[in-house]
This record gives sequence, C-alpha cells and structure tokens, in this order.
Amino acid sequence: MEPATRLDHNHQLSLREFPYIIRWRDDRCKRCGKCTAVCPVKAIEPTVNVQRTVHSEGPLPQPTAVRKVIQVVEQVTDMERYCTGCGTCTLVCPNEAIEPEYNPQNKFYHYKNKSGEPYKRGGRRNDPSISTLDKLKFTRISMLTDPALDAGRHEFRVRTLLGRILPPEELPLKMVNGKLVVDKESGRFIPPVREIFPIMVGSMSVGALSPPMWEGLAMGVAYLNEVEGLPVVMCSGEGGMPPRLLRSKYLKYFIIQIASGYFGWDEIIHALPHMVEDPAAIEIKYGQGAKPGDGGLLMAQKVLRLIANIRGVPQFVDLSSPPTHQTKYSIEEAVAKMIQSMSMAWGFRVPVYPKISGTKTARAVLNNLARNPFAAALSIDGEDGGTGAAYNVSLDKMGHPIASNIRDCYLDLVKQGKQNELPLIAAGGVGKKGNLAANAAALIMLGASAVSIGKYIMQAAADCFGDEYNRCNLCNTGKCPRGITTQDPKLYRRLDADRVAERVVETFKAADVEMRKIFAPMGRSTELPIGMSDGLSIEDKAMAERLEINYAC
Amino acid sequence: MCRLAAITSNEYFSPMENILALETMKEGHDGSGLGLTLKDLGGEFEEFKEFPIMSGICSRKGLDTLDDFMKKHGFRLKHEWNPKIKHVKGVVSREYYFARAYDYPKSYKEKSMREKEDLLMNTRLMLRKIGEPDESIFVFSFYPDVITLKEVGDPLQLGEFFGLDRDGLRAKIIFAQGRQNTNYAIYLYACHPFFIQGFCSMTNGENTAFVPIREFLMGRGFPGYTGYNSDSEVFTHILHYTVRQLGFPLTYYKDVITPLKTTEIDQREDRDALRLVKQSLRPLCIDGPNMVIGFTPDGTCFMVQDAKKLRPGAVGGVKGKYALMSEECGVDKAVPKRDRTRDIFPMKYDMVTISPQAEEVRVWNQLRA
Ligand code: SF4
Ligand code: SF4
Repeated sequence: MEPATRLDHNHQLSLREFPYIIRWRDDRCKRCGKCTAVCPVKAIEPTVNVQRTVHSEGPLPQPTAVRKVIQVVEQVTDMERYCTGCGTCTLVCPNEAIEPEYNPQNKFYHYKNKSGEPYKRGGRRNDPSISTLDKLKFTRISMLTDPALDAGRHEFRVRTLLGRILPPEELPLKMVNGKLVVDKESGRFIPPVREIFPIMVGSMSVGALSPPMWEGLAMGVAYLNEVEGLPVVMCSGEGGMPPRLLRSKYLKYFIIQIASGYFGWDEIIHALPHMVEDPAAIEIKYGQGAKPGDGGLLMAQKVLRLIANIRGVPQFVDLSSPPTHQTKYSIEEAVAKMIQSMSMAWGFRVPVYPKISGTKTARAVLNNLARNPFAAALSIDGEDGGTGAAYNVSLDKMGHPIASNIRDCYLDLVKQGKQNELPLIAAGGVGKKGNLAANAAALIMLGASAVSIGKYIMQAAADCFGDEYNRCNLCNTGKCPRGITTQDPKLYRRLDADRVAERVVETFKAADVEMRKIFAPMGRSTELPIGMSDGLSIEDKAMAERLEINYAC
Repeated sequence: MCRLAAITSNEYFSPMENILALETMKEGHDGSGLGLTLKDLGGEFEEFKEFPIMSGICSRKGLDTLDDFMKKHGFRLKHEWNPKIKHVKGVVSREYYFARAYDYPKSYKEKSMREKEDLLMNTRLMLRKIGEPDESIFVFSFYPDVITLKEVGDPLQLGEFFGLDRDGLRAKIIFAQGRQNTNYAIYLYACHPFFIQGFCSMTNGENTAFVPIREFLMGRGFPGYTGYNSDSEVFTHILHYTVRQLGFPLTYYKDVITPLKTTEIDQREDRDALRLVKQSLRPLCIDGPNMVIGFTPDGTCFMVQDAKKLRPGAVGGVKGKYALMSEECGVDKAVPKRDRTRDIFPMKYDMVTISPQAEEVRVWNQLRA
C-alpha cells in the first residue's frame, strides 16, 4: 500500500507558505517561454496538464469527455526555488500574463533552513514600516520675522568637511602685519580635510557589484565632480579597486576601504608609488549595519578572474572576511596604530576613519576616537543598511537604528565641545522610502556631517528590485536579475554602465536641489545646518524626547 | 524687526540722541523694550574710568543680597548713580535701578586686566545666578567705563522714565536698541545690546543658525558663554571669542560669521590661515537675516551684514561723530549736518569700522583684504 503521506501530499508545501505567489493568466499567455527562461531561481516552469472537458453537441445532451494536454506555467513548491517576487518574469512577458503577488501570510522563514543552513540573502532589513528618519519633519520655517531664502536665487553651499578639524584654540596661527598666517615653525600637525558633498556613495565592493555597476557608479561620481562641480565621493568597499583607477587622476574621488580580509591591498600597496592623486580618504571597516559583528562573504561563484586578480586570490573560492580584524584587540592601541599606519602610507595627507555598525556602544568608540588626533571621522552604519550577503537573522534582528545613535554621539561631542572636530557620517536606511534628501537633511540636523548611501543608489541608478518585503534580495547568489550584483556576464550584460552613470548624476543633482529646497525655507544656505535640531520635529513624544527635538502634532 | 541706533563721537553726548533716532524709526519696533549701553563715560563717571561699574536692576531684597555679596567678595563701593525716575504711563517701575562703580578687591589690585576681566565677569554671572530665579537681581554689565540700562516699554517713554533728558549721563559711544518682541517673552536678559568683557553688540533679525552656534560656544569651556535668552546674544560672544579668546584682528569677525567660498578664499593673501579658520569655526557661520553693530574694548565701532544682506544698515556722519543705524532716517536724526552722499550701506562683503573717537571710517572688503 502506498503511504498516506504520498497520497494526500502531506509534507509538501502549499503555495500559501511562499512569500510570493505567481498569478499566471492562461488566457493571456502565448507560451513564448520567456518568463521561465529568465527566472533567476527557476521558481516557475513550463509544464503540461491534462485537461478534461465535457462536450455535448446536437439538440439533446450527449456529453462526451475530451481529454486535452495543455501547456501551462506553474510555480514550483520547492523552498530552494521560491519565487522571490523580483518581477523579472513580468518584465519580459509580452502579454502581461504573469505577475508575482506578495503573500503576507507566508511562512517562508519557517522553512528556509534546509540542511540546517540558515537563510542567507542580500538587501536590507525586511521591515517595510516607516522609519524614524521618515517620521522627522522640518518645522522651523522662516516666515516674515526672518525671510525664507530662495532655493533658486540665493547662493547655497551644500558642502561638508571630511577629516579631522583642529579646535580653533589649537590652530597654529600667528599674526603678521595684522593678518593671520600659518605658523610653519609650530610643528603642529594639520590634519587633511576634504570639502565634499554631504551625501556619499557608501562602500560596495568590486566583486559584490558587477563590472558595469561599479564602473557606472565610478563614472557617475567622476562626472559629478568634473563636470557638474558636485564633489561627491564614493567608497570602494572591501576588495580593492581596478588597477587603472588606482593610477588615475580620478582616485581623488574615491575612499579606499580596508576591511578584515585585507582583500585587494596587495595591489593597492603596489600601486602606491604610481598614484598621481591621493584618495579622498581611507575607511577602515570594523562593522556594517546590515550584519553587525559579522564578517563579509563573497561567494565562490562571484570570484571570477577579474575579481580574483584585483583581490589577489585564486578564482572560485569563497572569500570570507572575518567578523573582526584579527590583529585588533583594543581601540586605544591597535586601532590607533591602524589609523596611524594608513595615514603614514600616504604621508598623512589622507583622512583615515573607521566605520562601525550602529551599536549602543558607539559612544565608547567615539570617545576614544575623539582623543585620537589622527582619527578623521566616525562612520556609523545603522540597522537599515544593506549588504550583498548576510544571514537573514543578522539583517533582520541585529543592529541599532541610526537616528538615535547619531544623535547620542553628536550630543556627546557637544558636551565635550568637539562636535566640529570629528565629523560623524551616518548611514543605514537613508532613502529607504525614496526620500533621499529629506533623510539626509534630517540626519544632518541631528548631528551628522555627511550621510552615506548604498541600497538607495542601486535602486535609483540601476533599478534594483530589492525592497523591504524581501523582494528579490538574491544579491548573494550571483544571480542578480538586474545584473547589479553578479559576475556572470550573461546577467551583467543586461546592465549598461553608461546608463547607471547617467542615473547617478541625475540622482545627485536632484538631491542637491531638494536639499536646497529643505534648507532655504529654514533660512540656511551658507553652511550645512549640522546639529540644527530646532529645525526638526516628530509626531511622537517619546521619540522627540529621545532625540531631544520638538514634538509637533 | 528691532531698530538699532549707535552713535560714536569724540565728545560726550546724551543717550537721548539715540532714543530720538530710534523714534524716527518707530515703525520698526513695537516699543516692547529699550536697551542702552554707554561706553567711555562722561558726566559724574568721568573720574571713575578705572573702576568697574555694575549696571542692573534689583528688588529691595535683591539689593541686600547684592550688598552682602559684594562686600563678601571684597568689592568696595566708590560711586553710585540712580536714574531720576519719573513715573510715566505704560512703564511699570521696578524697585531699584543702579549703576555702581566699585573698587577691586585688594587681592586683585595688581593683577592683569585679563584676570580682572574674568573676576568681573564671574561676579556678574554669580549674581545673575543668585538673582534670576526670583528676578530679584538683574546685572547687565560689570566692567570699567560701561553702563547698561534695559527696561520693557517704549524707548521714548523710557527715556523720560529714566530721566535721561534731565540727567547728566553722557558717553562717547552709545548703543541703543528699540525692541521688537518676536520669539521670546519679554525678558530683560533677552534685550540687546549684549555685553561681555568689553565687547558689545546688537543685532536686528533672527538667527536661523542659533542652536548650533550656541552649542559650539557653550562647548568652549568659557563660563561667560551662557544665557542665550535671545538668539542674538551669540553675536556678541562670537565677537568676544574671535577677538579676545583667539586673538584674531577684528576683521576676522566677518570671516568667522560669514565665511567666504573656497574659491574666494583662494584669492586672499591670508588664504592658508583663512582656510583653517573657516574649517575650525564652521559652526559659527551665521545665515542671517542679520545686521550686527558692535564695539570692542578699544572703542572701535563696526557694522556688518549677513552674507545675503537680508537686513538694512546705514553708516554716516562727520569726522568726530558717526551714526550706525538700522535705517537711514536714524542717521539723519543723529547727524543731520553731513554729506549724505558719503553715507555707507555695507554690502555682503563689507565691514564698516569707525576708529575710536570717531576719527575715521573705513570699509574693509572681505574679498579684497
Ligand atoms: S517574480 Fe522573479 S522569481 Fe518569481 S517567478 Fe518571476 S522571475 Fe521568477
Ligand atoms: S536586483 Fe540584484 S541587487 Fe537588487 S535585490 Fe535583486 S539581486 Fe540584489
């Protein structure tokens, strides 16, 4: 006898457990097969069904059953091939016959642990609710007692400083004929400082990103600087940089990251004598908001020849960066040394700063850095930051929201009178709902000197499908349907680097205008309103109290 | 918007001149208050130039506290002036208005001026702290050769109230502000001009960058950077910080509050220093709308605008007497006989300075410096 489990399909999942259910319309489908071919996870397949129809012809009912074999597109119920809702099938369908639909009842996480392997993915925290950043409003509007400015007419300087800034009392200045001059004899170290646009492209590595994506970003950033006069900088992420770029004059628009795997640094060190420009800065990555306390992982399938060369490793091996820098056990010593040696490598001409994930302990890090005269900034990546690959549990459950983390740090600096000395860079969920400029401005008014974006620019410039309903998020698999996070030429040839660059430029130009539109009515134009917390309010008393801003309703 | 009337002269004159000038600008202030700061005093204070003068208001109870306090701290009363109050409608009189010259405590006699200044300021702050909760003591300034008067009401009526038209109170530099009450409840400590250790300023307009500036100043570890009942008080403190604390020449005040663009800095001879100054003092950048009139301890008076010149301001006069006003009509009232074509309306890059004794007027241009 056949076991009952087979007969009643027990132990098989129903489509109801899946996060996305495919709506396929028999009447519209012309069976071209494009959707099934393009699906990155093979969640749908062409198959045949037997259809039994009953026919009756003539005046009297004389039913006859007809059996027909028909072709259909069917969603599989295999958890390894779950539909990610990416919508690539919809995109290629000539007849609007197929579409994924989000299923809020899904039990996806219950099952996504086959072979005891927890669910790994890319993207950011799957929380579609309105973030604190999006709840912040700008409520100090200049009206009559102080005229609002004109975003189109007045001169705006939407710029910030990256680098350690000396307290005014310690400036090595002397007076000569009634004018201030720098006292060269004082021997005082003047740290390097860059004037940049306050929104920067955060660290996304060559390797995690496809060649056209990385190139597109880089071209866009170079264009913004060279043609548009918008000094946007971009961080390389861990894994080095294309060798030609290292030796080019465009290097000055890039922040080179060093992380716990030190990937790519062999190449960078060798390129040092040939560099014609200094990089914008060096970022030492200690943590990432998307996966706090966790290391990096570039899956073997993404380690193709170019990547292997840049990183200085063999092809097709998993490249994992440990969760911590193995040699660093104390912030006072080892981290300070790392900052110093990086500074030394470029003759103390390049700002060097650490990046950490948002954490309750951020202030301890901050206070240590505040005492280290070589620390150029602190970048804090909040829980809503994105990644190319991480455990789902790290993404969804670990980390600290950026708003209160930045505010605490800023207010701590204010207490010490050092808020202008150590710039804070905020990241993690900036532009999550598309409000890039507003989120950036809000963070600046809470105390950030600059913000960093990653996921947002993938979405805005390369149409990344990912969202907070776990749509797509295949970035770790090398099967990115948009060609953004893959090393597979078949996939990345879908992405046009020029178009990405164009979108980067458009995005930043629009953000620049929007920032002015925010600052103008608040009467600010000459300097970035860092810490102008009286400009902000929120419709939640507890949050207002926590952030030390106004409560307005 | 507040109205401002400053006059600097090589002869002693009465504060009524300022008040009358304010009267011509009456449309701009709502008579909610008057602030007066007199420097380089004549009349009965002329012989007390060396001695610090405390100006303020107190209740009877406050007066006892004040006397005890000053005695305990070794200050000896040398001379006292009280306004000859004439009760006028619309002005609620407080109990005791005073300007008192004191002699320094013995232990301070030989100390440097800087140390004396710190003592005076700290004394003022302590008294403020004692008297503020029950409003029993208000101390506006405590410094040699300077008197400050503040009260709520219409300036002209207040002039009459204080008997300034009859009194012999005279000075060579007098700043007056006719208050337009906007953001804050009428509170005496929120009334311009503000004064700290020989530096004084008054401003019209609001200060949109107030919070970051206040936080930066309060982080300097200098006890005098406190109060901030008005967003304009920071202008005085920035002036004090730039010139006294950092030791920069006065013109750098302009560079601090309205820093140049990077490309403009590159054209300046002092560009290397200026770049550092701009970075390190970034939070002190103002965004207007403000016109600031101020004086420094040596008696130099100046006027500057925010970088967008969003507020009016005019300077005019003759050698020996200049008026710095928020409106041209005020200048007309104060120095009617002058060549009007030579009046100065400082633009965004300008800083107008008038040397002590109203000797000469200069326009310093930030771009061409
Ligand atoms: S939505 Fe994406 S994952 Fe789902 S069936 Fe279509 S192509 Fe495949
Ligand atoms: S489109 Fe590519 S980058 Fe975006 S979520 Fe999908 S796999 Fe990741």
